[in-house]
Amino acid sequence: MSEIIAQLATFMSTTILKQPNRVIQPEESLISSGLIDSFSLMDVALFVEDTFGVRIEDTELNANTFDTLTQLASLIESRK
Amino acid sequence: MTIFPERLKALHAARRTSDRAAVTLQFSGRDDLPITYEQLVRGASAYTRTLEREGIQPGEVVVLILQHGEDLVYSFWGAILHGAIPSIMPFLTEKLSPERYRADLSALISVTRPAAIVTYPEFEADVRAALQDGDSVRSVIVTDCVESPRADIDFASLAGFRRQPEEIVFLQHSSGTTGLQKGVALSHQAVFNQLSGYGKSLSVTENDVVVSWLPLYHDMGLIAGFLMPILSGIPLVLLSPFDWVRAPYKLLQSISKYRGTLTWLPNFAYNFCAQKIRDRHVEGVDLSSLRAVINCSEPVRWESHMAFYERFKDHGLRLEALQTSYAMAENVFGVTQSRLGSVPVVDEIDREAFMTERVAQSPLDGRPSMKLMSSGQPLENVEVKVIDENGHPLPDRIIGEIALRSDCMLTGYFNRPDLTERAFRQGWYLTGDYGYVSDGEVFVSGRKKDMIIVGGKNVYPQDLETLTYEVPGVHAGRSVAFGMFDEAQGTEEVVIIAEVDSEDAQDQQKIADAIRLHVTKNSAIALRYVKVVGPKWILKTSSGKTARSANKEKFFRELEGKGS
Repeated sequence: MSEIIAQLATFMSTTILKQPNRVIQPEESLISSGLIDSFSLMDVALFVEDTFGVRIEDTELNANTFDTLTQLASLIESRK
Repeated sequence: MTIFPERLKALHAARRTSDRAAVTLQFSGRDDLPITYEQLVRGASAYTRTLEREGIQPGEVVVLILQHGEDLVYSFWGAILHGAIPSIMPFLTEKLSPERYRADLSALISVTRPAAIVTYPEFEADVRAALQDGDSVRSVIVTDCVESPRADIDFASLAGFRRQPEEIVFLQHSSGTTGLQKGVALSHQAVFNQLSGYGKSLSVTENDVVVSWLPLYHDMGLIAGFLMPILSGIPLVLLSPFDWVRAPYKLLQSISKYRGTLTWLPNFAYNFCAQKIRDRHVEGVDLSSLRAVINCSEPVRWESHMAFYERFKDHGLRLEALQTSYAMAENVFGVTQSRLGSVPVVDEIDREAFMTERVAQSPLDGRPSMKLMSSGQPLENVEVKVIDENGHPLPDRIIGEIALRSDCMLTGYFNRPDLTERAFRQGWYLTGDYGYVSDGEVFVSGRKKDMIIVGGKNVYPQDLETLTYEVPGVHAGRSVAFGMFDEAQGTEEVVIIAEVDSEDAQDQQKIADAIRLHVTKNSAIALRYVKVVGPKWILKTSSGKTARSANKEKFFRELEGKGS
């Protein structure tokens, strides 16, 4: 779990936010806070698919499905 | 000379016995919903009855705050048939703070003075919170309290049929961060003149099928992806922008399924589709029906066209289908259009002469060059000229401001005669865009103001800077915002640099976070780079003003320095 969270956090701070030093907390809200905007959601889905072999459907790309790194990591775990 | 209701009535009569859809609405996880002209008029009649019930008079403005769906389509046409003036506003998104949305809506109400606002029951409280005692809004119409449709349509009884061609038919609020107050008012006649000129340049026929995912509060979506097909009797397949951004492949699947011939995209969408669509999502997709994919509303890039073509050429996409247009709400929509059937003209010019002498000329031996793609030639009813600072016309290949004159110009910025007057010079509309003409082809090369265009949305850096000053730790006048073109994304990205007293990295990081959050929540613009720096980083002019371009260059140098 923590390994998945770390990989997701690095991807988001480096590739999406372009602030490699930015620490994203596991419980920090990502979508509802506007930190990750809608145009970047596709990137998250593609990264998850390529890295963990888990598909996230486009209908799931919203704050109801996951809004934090912890929630996204458990979604990935449950589908592995 | 005609008006919208008359055209709709004629199409309704002509298609009486046809079950061919005028509009097909697509939804995520729901069957497609075809709507015939018969159903369109009936659905609209529910809104005309409701507007009557609420005492809304013809000529009054009705603001629509609705998302993709039947209600948006019916309420728009209901307002038209009632003779009211509809204006579609963007819906609140997760990105924007509700407080800011309300403040913007209040500002809009104070200028536009709408008589009614149509929205969903769950959004009613937010809308009411934006209202003030004594403002113009007499009625908030919620979609579950709309009258039932008329069983039989008596067109003669509808007030919309008494409107005149030169009267305002709708308002188009140009997008922008705090630009919501500027409503472009367009007449029936101007819209029909545009459709006639633009339709000719595209050789539109009834065999065309328009497929669009563009939002209807934007001119490209409202005109090309809504009114042109409906008023021309061309089938329209409409997707939700909300769904498209999460599943861009749906546009291609729809084109394949409905044999789409015309679609419009902002430049970034070419890159977005080329990079983010997986093979499994386009299996069996056939794009050979496409006559034109038209690149519009952002600077057009040859590289973006090529990326899109390379990605989808095996799906029947023809290179000649990739086209360009230069458009603006003030001219209803299209100003120019590239010639269908051939690829747009690409001009290779000398970079240094372009930058320093403002001339577009062939590169001298071995000198660095750059490629500019033409936006096409002016529509037959539009005149384009390039002028210098004094308004004098410039010869071919000399860069200046693009000015235009046509029979489809705006009536004015609604209730803002001051802005309308400033926009024109001796009958010519000043676009604020820089460009040049060569052999009748119009090349748009930049902008007069520091405006940034992010994914087709206009953003003013000074608005973002002002928001930055509201963040604790940032002093007024010590922030700079600018756009940086991102080759991979095919659009500009926003950079904000803010100077703070602290040199502590952790403090700076916290302030950077706060800026990102505050600016995004109050402008709905995602920031790509937020850089917080110590004192004396930001360069000022001798008069103490922030020099945006100098700071931009400094930022680039630091970025490149790091990379090497």
